Amino acid sequence: MTVPPADDAAKKELPPPSYRSLAAPVATPVDKFALLPAFLKVRGLVKEHIDSFNYFTTRGIRNIVEANNRIEARNDPSIYLRYTNVYVGTPSVQVDYKIENITPHFCRLTDRTYSAPIRVDIEYTVGKQHEPQHKKNVLIGYLPIMLRSYACVLHGRDEAELARQGECPLDPGGYFIVKGTEKVILIQEQLSKNRIIIDTDSKGRVIASVTSSTHEIKSKTVITMDKEKIYLQLNQFTKPIPIIVVMKAMGMESDQEVVQMVGRDPRYGDLLFPSIQECASERIYTQQQALQYMDEKVTYPGAGNQKEGRSKSILRDVFIAHVPVKNGNFRQKCIYTGVMLRRMMDAILNADTFDDKDYVGNKRLELSGQLISLLFEDLFKTMNSQAVELMNKNSDKTRSSPSDFSQLIKHEAITSGLERAISTGNWDIKRFRMHRKGVSQVLSRLSYMASLGYMTRITPQFEKTRKTSGPRALQPSQWGMLCPCDTPEGEACGLTKNLALLTHVTTDQEEGPLMNLCKSLGVEDLTLLSGEEIHAPGSFLVMFNGLILGKHRQPQTFANAMRELRRSGKIGEFVSIFVNEKQHCIHIASDGGRVCRPLIIADKGISRVKECHMKELRDGIRSFDDFLRDGLIEYLDVNEENNALIALYEHVDQDDVERSSITHIEIEPLSILGVVSGLIPYPHHNQSPRNTYQCAMGKQAMGNIAYNQLFRADSLLYLLVYAQRPLLTTKTIELVGYDKLGAGQNATVAVMGYSGYDIEDAIVMNKSSLDRGFGRCIAMKKYTVMKENYGDGVSDRIAKPQRDKDGVLLRQNMRALDEDGIAAPGQIIRNHDVYVNKQSPKIVDRRGAGALLKDMDYKDSLAIYKGVDGETTVVDRVMLCSDTNEKLSIKCIIRHTRRPEVGDKFSSRHGQKGVCGTIVQQEDFPFSERGICPDLIMNPHGFPSRMTIGKMIELIGGKAGLSCGRFHYGSAFGEPSGNADKVEDISNTLIKHGFSYNGKDFLYSGILGHPLEAYIFMGPIYYQKLKHMVLDKMHARASGPRVLLTRQPTEGRSRDGGLRLGEMERDCLIAYGASMLIFERLLLSSDPYQVQVCRKCGLLGYYNYKLKTSYCSMCKNGENMAKMRLPYACKLLFQELQAMNVVPRLKLTEG
Amino acid sequence: MPKKGTKSKKAVDDVPDQQENKLPDYLELQRTRVVCNADAPIHTQGFQYSGAFAAMGVDNSVSVEKFCKNFKIDIKRLTEDDMEFDMIGVDASIANAFRRILIAEVPTMAIEKIFMADNTSVIADEVLSHRLGLIPLDADPRLFDYISENDVPNERNTIVFKLHVSCEKGSQRITVKSGELEWLPEGSQLSMASPAQSGDKQKTFTSFSQSQKEILEKPLGVKFKDITIARLGPGQAIELEAHAVKGVGKVHAKWSPVATAWYRMLPEVVILEQIEGEEAEELVKKCPVNVFDIEDLGNGGKRAVVAKPRACTLCRECVMGPCGEKIQLRRVRDHFIYTIESTGALPPEVLFTEAVKILEEKCERVISELS
Repeated sequence: MTVPPADDAAKKELPPPSYRSLAAPVATPVDKFALLPAFLKVRGLVKEHIDSFNYFTTRGIRNIVEANNRIEARNDPSIYLRYTNVYVGTPSVQVDYKIENITPHFCRLTDRTYSAPIRVDIEYTVGKQHEPQHKKNVLIGYLPIMLRSYACVLHGRDEAELARQGECPLDPGGYFIVKGTEKVILIQEQLSKNRIIIDTDSKGRVIASVTSSTHEIKSKTVITMDKEKIYLQLNQFTKPIPIIVVMKAMGMESDQEVVQMVGRDPRYGDLLFPSIQECASERIYTQQQALQYMDEKVTYPGAGNQKEGRSKSILRDVFIAHVPVKNGNFRQKCIYTGVMLRRMMDAILNADTFDDKDYVGNKRLELSGQLISLLFEDLFKTMNSQAVELMNKNSDKTRSSPSDFSQLIKHEAITSGLERAISTGNWDIKRFRMHRKGVSQVLSRLSYMASLGYMTRITPQFEKTRKTSGPRALQPSQWGMLCPCDTPEGEACGLTKNLALLTHVTTDQEEGPLMNLCKSLGVEDLTLLSGEEIHAPGSFLVMFNGLILGKHRQPQTFANAMRELRRSGKIGEFVSIFVNEKQHCIHIASDGGRVCRPLIIADKGISRVKECHMKELRDGIRSFDDFLRDGLIEYLDVNEENNALIALYEHVDQDDVERSSITHIEIEPLSILGVVSGLIPYPHHNQSPRNTYQCAMGKQAMGNIAYNQLFRADSLLYLLVYAQRPLLTTKTIELVGYDKLGAGQNATVAVMGYSGYDIEDAIVMNKSSLDRGFGRCIAMKKYTVMKENYGDGVSDRIAKPQRDKDGVLLRQNMRALDEDGIAAPGQIIRNHDVYVNKQSPKIVDRRGAGALLKDMDYKDSLAIYKGVDGETTVVDRVMLCSDTNEKLSIKCIIRHTRRPEVGDKFSSRHGQKGVCGTIVQQEDFPFSERGICPDLIMNPHGFPSRMTIGKMIELIGGKAGLSCGRFHYGSAFGEPSGNADKVEDISNTLIKHGFSYNGKDFLYSGILGHPLEAYIFMGPIYYQKLKHMVLDKMHARASGPRVLLTRQPTEGRSRDGGLRLGEMERDCLIAYGASMLIFERLLLSSDPYQVQVCRKCGLLGYYNYKLKTSYCSMCKNGENMAKMRLPYACKLLFQELQAMNVVPRLKLTEG
Repeated sequence: MPKKGTKSKKAVDDVPDQQENKLPDYLELQRTRVVCNADAPIHTQGFQYSGAFAAMGVDNSVSVEKFCKNFKIDIKRLTEDDMEFDMIGVDASIANAFRRILIAEVPTMAIEKIFMADNTSVIADEVLSHRLGLIPLDADPRLFDYISENDVPNERNTIVFKLHVSCEKGSQRITVKSGELEWLPEGSQLSMASPAQSGDKQKTFTSFSQSQKEILEKPLGVKFKDITIARLGPGQAIELEAHAVKGVGKVHAKWSPVATAWYRMLPEVVILEQIEGEEAEELVKKCPVNVFDIEDLGNGGKRAVVAKPRACTLCRECVMGPCGEKIQLRRVRDHFIYTIESTGALPPEVLFTEAVKILEEKCERVISELS
């Protein structure tokens, strides 16, 4: 059934021939879909990461070096070094003074860091000569390189070239390789900087806060209203300072001017009056008095510029630090404070104007480029200051020959600093007192989806323990920007988010030209205006990246002009122009970290993208960037979206909306979901939490990981042997390449009860299906053995397996070894077998004896494989490489092929997980009239409470797809645009091929042979095998190892631990009265211990084995000793108490 | 064959022991038909108990005479690989027994052991072995014995194949097909590990006393030569020896002689009430497998008739529409349309006779156990 479903919808919509049909907008949105692949082609899936890093390597690093480009000796400023240029080279390593280029895959395999040298050109003086010397290509450190960024060797390579480099073309890049492990720097979510936020604090007071951030300082300014009076709170002051005092201190001595600055409305005056009164009552009238008042309240009065007064320097440098003070002129700060006060009072007068901290427009996302640039700046400054220090030390010591700076620059600091930060994830920047943990994480390669999911993940900045629901709730403003489904369950629910498919995160853009442009478009400069004029009715303030630029009398005209400039490409495409009617402000933003997304521009509801454009796109003449350049599509950020009216579809009438007021049209509704939730078919038919569950589970599904999966050296790798592409796909699946790297199989599912082993979501599996390869997976595990060097030529050695004279192995567990003493690829390796026959020298610190060591000087330090008894595992590969310390590391990858067994976990794509309850012979399985026998049986009770209608549609859609030979689609919200097949069409297809419209078949019982008493809902569903397998979890033990300290059985499977009889189990036994059982479990099977107790003093004695008597060391005799059994932990407790000077005494009675 | 319900002949003075008593229509329907209603099929189980209708004087027991009289097999289609036949006059349990035996208990030969000498392809040894195991072999299992754990592989219980392919460096990627498995009638060519004493005849993994060529009439091989086993890139090679043994599908699906074997009950479509005119045309159009046809009534009127009931796939479209009440879909309980799809070791008709033999054996075993 291939009825183009959108056709009739379009026909219905198109009016009789009119002017509109002549203008011919895109007839149906089906065509517009082509924009999505075009967008992702130019952008890749992780453009935001790569863009951010590219910005750093091309611009950011330059800015940092330029800002700190001169260092000079303290004693003699004529001795200096100046950085004239900086650039990032190609990734390479230096091996024995030879520079070798490296590829990412090489780094993964050999545990290296994929990094490129940062080189600078310098100008410096040597000694007393004042003639500057020049040097080029000076190494100042190695920078870990993000894969697929400009500096990466993979940048711009095609598929064949990538394959030659050992790289998977579907891998999105955007991560780093540090010491062989792939590390992602997660996107960090923050409250936006340099913006006024009006909020209430915990006591319900209205506060206006600004977090200022400049290159020099980060500060937080808070203005609160307490008991009708307004105060400034700043960490540098011990007490809140009345705001009028602050104004006066900044030179605004006249109260009238202050009131004017806030606004002339009498209501503002009323609110301001108590504050003015308070200031007057303190008898502060002049700037001098105000500063004096404030000086008394400074936290550390000792420090600071004494001449000028501490509080003035605080006002200049800390108080709303991002507002510049030029030549001691505080006017800009005064105006800014005035605006803050005004916004506060607006909020008091009208509660609507409070800002929402959870609003996405008030958030900024910090990406890897920004984080690395913070770190680099810090390290670069440290390196420079260390050089200066060294220089000073040198010149102090030997006044005669001051050395030159170029010798003092050490590149190790930056190299190791960057490497350490990325590999541990600890971001410690002293300047900003920043100590963040877990910034970078290991890229999970469990499945392709898991690694993609990592790249789009956003971690929150605040602590996760907060119980508040506000930040966790779904925000309306995250529509299209952040995925509404993809969030973890539990602790981080709603805090950790994921980007939607089309979201882009901006990078910084240059501010200067934009400011000039604004001014030439009629923004009146702030410094020329009085308070009265600023707040004149009808005129809007123009805020540029949080700074007040000026005002404009015709805001709408100005905004339109700016937007027109943006659409024509004259200013950056990510500049946002937002007219805030409520605040009488125009916000222009060009800062980095804003989320935005592309939208089609519509003129009076008619799309600018026409059929001709789409044809050009399909023909390959036009790219996505051309759409941008021609002003057909533009990026809107969250704030600017508030000025737009966005229609879902052009051709669908919105009843309540005037068509002509529509300004934009969505590219595709499915793009509101992210990458991971995009693989759910028909997600809009499911109960919402089910989609969230699937997002978590899709990352655990086994499948193919990358095209180079068999050449990688992951420490744990799960692969599905016969991974398939889902029969019911979505457009997102095709866009992200999940159809090429699937993680599941299309199983024929019958929804019915069977055998009783299917309760609680368990599934019944067909043994023949398993025989034929369903759910078969490969688990590969890496075992690394290091050949240690002890110096002096003494090192471990790998010996060949010892044999007797007939060539028979002396030890059976060496059968997997090759003649070189390392397991041979392809050998079957069993539990307790040796995979590297390593021997270590018995005496390590013997000097100069390296060559003389004999066989007997070595002891075995074998690498023994610990596996599951009875399972055959195979040595897949053995890799030898030397690491950075020239040590030989031997990596053995051991492979285990597993078929599903009872207890393995499976899941469909709808958050419906279940374990395999039983495996049944094929002949016992029901079969249909066509001889089809299901692969698995699922219990129908899984449906009513879960309400996963999407799964049902997937089933019938898949069945229809099978019968007509076409992959069916189930994209989110795709029915109107034809990206999802409608149930009606699917049913028609089923009927055409002789199935029932509802997907229910007439089945015969495989056991008794008669027909089943109901029609059974049967068809294919894409099933994922999850990584949780019984084999890795099953555990039992009789007696076994014990903990040294308490002598109780160890805990956990990995330590062959005992099974704990916990408190609740104990309670049951007590309630039941099974006292002997408790005794046995808690004492005999745990840590029984025989003690000697003195009946007199009640303390523990000891047993003297020589004299065969027990003895109390307290009473100094052995007369009243009694023997008893205690848990060892109890005895330990007594002794520990005694060590703390607490005497526990045992009182014994005859029993 | 299907019995028509007898005209109801109510007799108050029915004598219980009168053998020729007929059941009333509705009971007869329940006994002989499964009625497939729109919502669910009813009377699926049938009446098993011999005395179910004893009160009405009807004997419901199974008797050999009745069976001999009624049982019939009618072969509809027979090709090399599959067959379709009607099995009439047996209970579902008997028909099902044959199906189960066909799937799980008729033995075939399949590759069970692989001796991997070299495998540098991307496919893992275990997966390659698994794939080889599933290849249907063209070997008559009746000519071979089962091998038990302690048995020495010999010409009577083991078939040896060799696969040795390599892809030259610098050449194109190649696909290894099942046709490249080479039969070794003389047994294994791989020698066992220790080559200590020279001069001795190399000990191999099989001990054939004679060539299999002498025992067998026709050479052995794989049934289909175009099954992809693996793909080899330049410089990769596979060298292995595969030993096939006799087994049954119960143990592993690779020994199952059938792709699948199943039956369906004969569909019976009954028009309970005349459907005429437009309604009839609609009905004909509605059925995707054209079960219905139009019969012209003399006066230009049209009437729906059942033309091809056998084609019914039970999509239930006809019984769900407005004229749904006028049609009844039924299945004849003792008429089975049986399909056997052989994997190729044995022709389907032989498979069925084998299945019958196995059932016979089982019955004999039960009888001997009981006596």
